[in-house]
Amino acid sequence: MKRWKWMFVTLVIFSMLTVSTSAQDFPKGLITYMNPFNPGGEVDIAARAMQPYLEKNLGVSFVINYLPGAGGALCWSKLAAAKPDGYTIGGFSIPHIILQPMFMKDVAFKTDDFVILAIVEYTPIGLAVKKDFKASTVKEFIDYAKANPGKVSCGGVGKFTGHHFATLQFMKMTGVKLNYATFTGTAPMQTALMGGHIDAVFSNSTMMVSSREEIKVLAVGSPERMPQLPDVPTFKELDLEFYPRIARGVMVPKAVPREIQVRLEKAFLDTTSKPEFKVKMEQAGFVPQVMGIADSHKYLEAETKLLNKLIQDYNLLQPTK
Amino acid sequence: MDILTHMAFGAQIILQPINLLFCFLGVLMGTLVGVLPGLGPTAAIALLLPNTFHVSPVTAIIMLAGIYYGAMYGGSTTSILVNIPGEAASVITCLDGYQMALKGRAGPALGIAAFGSFIAGTVSIIGLMLVAPPLARFALAFGPPEYFSLMLLGIVILIYLASGSILKALMIFVFGLLISTIGMDSISGTQRLTFGILELCDGVGLIPAIMGLFGVAEVIANVEQAIRTDVITTKVKNLLPNLQDWKDSFWPIIRGSVLGFFIGILPGPAPVISSFSSYAIEKKLSKHPEKFGTGVIEGVAGPESANNSATGGAFIPLFTLGIPVNSVIAILLGAFMIHGIQPGPMIITKYPDLFWGTIMSMYLGNIMLLVLNLPLIGLWVQVLKVPYPILFPLILLFCLVGVYSLNYSLVEIALMIGFGVFGYLAKKFQFEMAPLVLAIVIGPMMENNLRLSLVISQGNPMIFITHPISAACIFTTLALLISPLVPWIGKRRQKLQEKVEGEEV
Repeated sequence: MKRWKWMFVTLVIFSMLTVSTSAQDFPKGLITYMNPFNPGGEVDIAARAMQPYLEKNLGVSFVINYLPGAGGALCWSKLAAAKPDGYTIGGFSIPHIILQPMFMKDVAFKTDDFVILAIVEYTPIGLAVKKDFKASTVKEFIDYAKANPGKVSCGGVGKFTGHHFATLQFMKMTGVKLNYATFTGTAPMQTALMGGHIDAVFSNSTMMVSSREEIKVLAVGSPERMPQLPDVPTFKELDLEFYPRIARGVMVPKAVPREIQVRLEKAFLDTTSKPEFKVKMEQAGFVPQVMGIADSHKYLEAETKLLNKLIQDYNLLQPTK
Repeated sequence: MDILTHMAFGAQIILQPINLLFCFLGVLMGTLVGVLPGLGPTAAIALLLPNTFHVSPVTAIIMLAGIYYGAMYGGSTTSILVNIPGEAASVITCLDGYQMALKGRAGPALGIAAFGSFIAGTVSIIGLMLVAPPLARFALAFGPPEYFSLMLLGIVILIYLASGSILKALMIFVFGLLISTIGMDSISGTQRLTFGILELCDGVGLIPAIMGLFGVAEVIANVEQAIRTDVITTKVKNLLPNLQDWKDSFWPIIRGSVLGFFIGILPGPAPVISSFSSYAIEKKLSKHPEKFGTGVIEGVAGPESANNSATGGAFIPLFTLGIPVNSVIAILLGAFMIHGIQPGPMIITKYPDLFWGTIMSMYLGNIMLLVLNLPLIGLWVQVLKVPYPILFPLILLFCLVGVYSLNYSLVEIALMIGFGVFGYLAKKFQFEMAPLVLAIVIGPMMENNLRLSLVISQGNPMIFITHPISAACIFTTLALLISPLVPWIGKRRQKLQEKVEGEEV
């Protein structure tokens, strides 16, 4: 008896999984959202905030599946190989998906294996120093760093990441030499800065917003001042055309049928244009975005160009010391 | 009072139905693995970790912590009734506990173990509450060089206290460090020892390693030996100790609690060491030391209090510095990170719900345990009768499902089985697993802090000596490493080792 019951249950589950993949009646079953990072990270916060709206819009459930590892590369390699039926989608970060195929050997995906459905938010990268640091403005910071070349330690998360490239670009633009210290995550970097063990960081606006009392935020990379940090100037105000940021959104394998891409794109655009969604994201220190397939790819292209230039300028594809 | 507001805040969190439920599940599971010989809290926490992904981090930690201190309660039951330690920290309880049971005083023995554990649990929670927040503020003084030196000291203490030869412990620790270098180099981003396997990019997963070493290996080892289960079948009665019992046990419980708490803070298998130390102290202070081993209640009360108190103490380095002191705490650290929480000095201010919620859950969990362990003792006796041919395949099954559910990766299953076989063989050659687990957890942190320190100092290693906290740790480490060469101290260490022999945590 029991065995029959189990077989029945298994059958039901399988019949639920093998939903029709024809585009007209998409979506029919649950959609798996692959999250390349840990729960509680920036991608996760955005995904959780969107989930109820998406479920209402598409009329099916969203399951968030965490596949962290290798700075996101593990998840994206799996996503690139997933069945292109639109039932598996994945979160991403730019510049990670541009840089990893260039620099990591065992990565099983290329940036153009995917179609980006939407860019949902970005976090400008800001420059902050420890509380008792001698400089209180970007100008003073540059002067101090020039007087002490290579002596100022500046933290960032990972190498070949948004933080790393922001530091490189800043050094290039201002002609200073900073000592880049690689951290594994924002939290240990935050403590090291608060404890005065490093002098400065290039980090996400989410960190600047959450610990603005304990550190000195010198500038942020947004085009205009961030409403969450009204007293902090932008780099642009200081005559630095410098907009470092990490953008995040959702993508699918390239082979997903066009109609399904468009259906999903609509669901995301409907969600991200909701005012209450924007408010939620802003409170957490994000800059919400409403960008569909076309806009997102324009962004991706521009960013790729910028990064390529940086890589050439610094000769980064050559193995350094 | 500041602390009262915090406690009220914590109480609000634990009184949410979901947290109450998970706290109860945790202590229930803890008691269960405590009662069952051959399964310790380390394996149980690793097994249940994947099941906590869908709940909030607070709820998850409440449950996992419950398993840890719950196991300390459960362990005494098996020691007293079967003369087999349910888990390592209850080894010493067998001496007098079983003798008491033979004399028909199993009831008071179980009773005083439960009450002693309860009092000790409370003492250590109060200690944790008072000590951790100020210590966390001090922890901002810890930068990369300080962290590196402290971790070095921690690992050397662990090796120093390891049973068996220091050489073997060092070997297994270095092997663990080697494993911990697998994956992406966190500074330069290059792949190391991954052999093109993408799953290894982030290093060898802690959960597959622990499930292999403590779950699979334990099962294989246990299959070899038939475990004798002649439970004392006479009905356990008079659980409440009488007035004389209380008079005899009062000071042992207090001493055990304080001792356990402080030993808990130190790296090493704290519950085990503290219970042995407590027994030794009680024997020394007793007016009738010759009676120890014949069923005196002090021999149960002291150690059982100490091992419970040590679990609370062990949380202090975790909550204040994010440093694990034993393998259970190492998994909890992994749990924090899986739930997106980076442990460290910020944890108490940034996640007050987590810290105060967990502390208040420990209060409540201790009360639940008292209820679980006294009136329901009969149930646990029944559990002891579950035949192993049923239990062991189940454990294996849970390990497989648990690891697969983490990342849906067959590579990790293979890793777990590999670690299982390795753990079994290592056991045969009397290698201890604790340094290995700690090395896997601490290795990447140590490497990262070492290299960060050197980046900050621009390559000058003197940074470890010029920072006072770091220098103190380095010199203590050196002293510990040299001390076994001094004959007098070497002998003392051997004695300590004999006491810690055969422990698991």
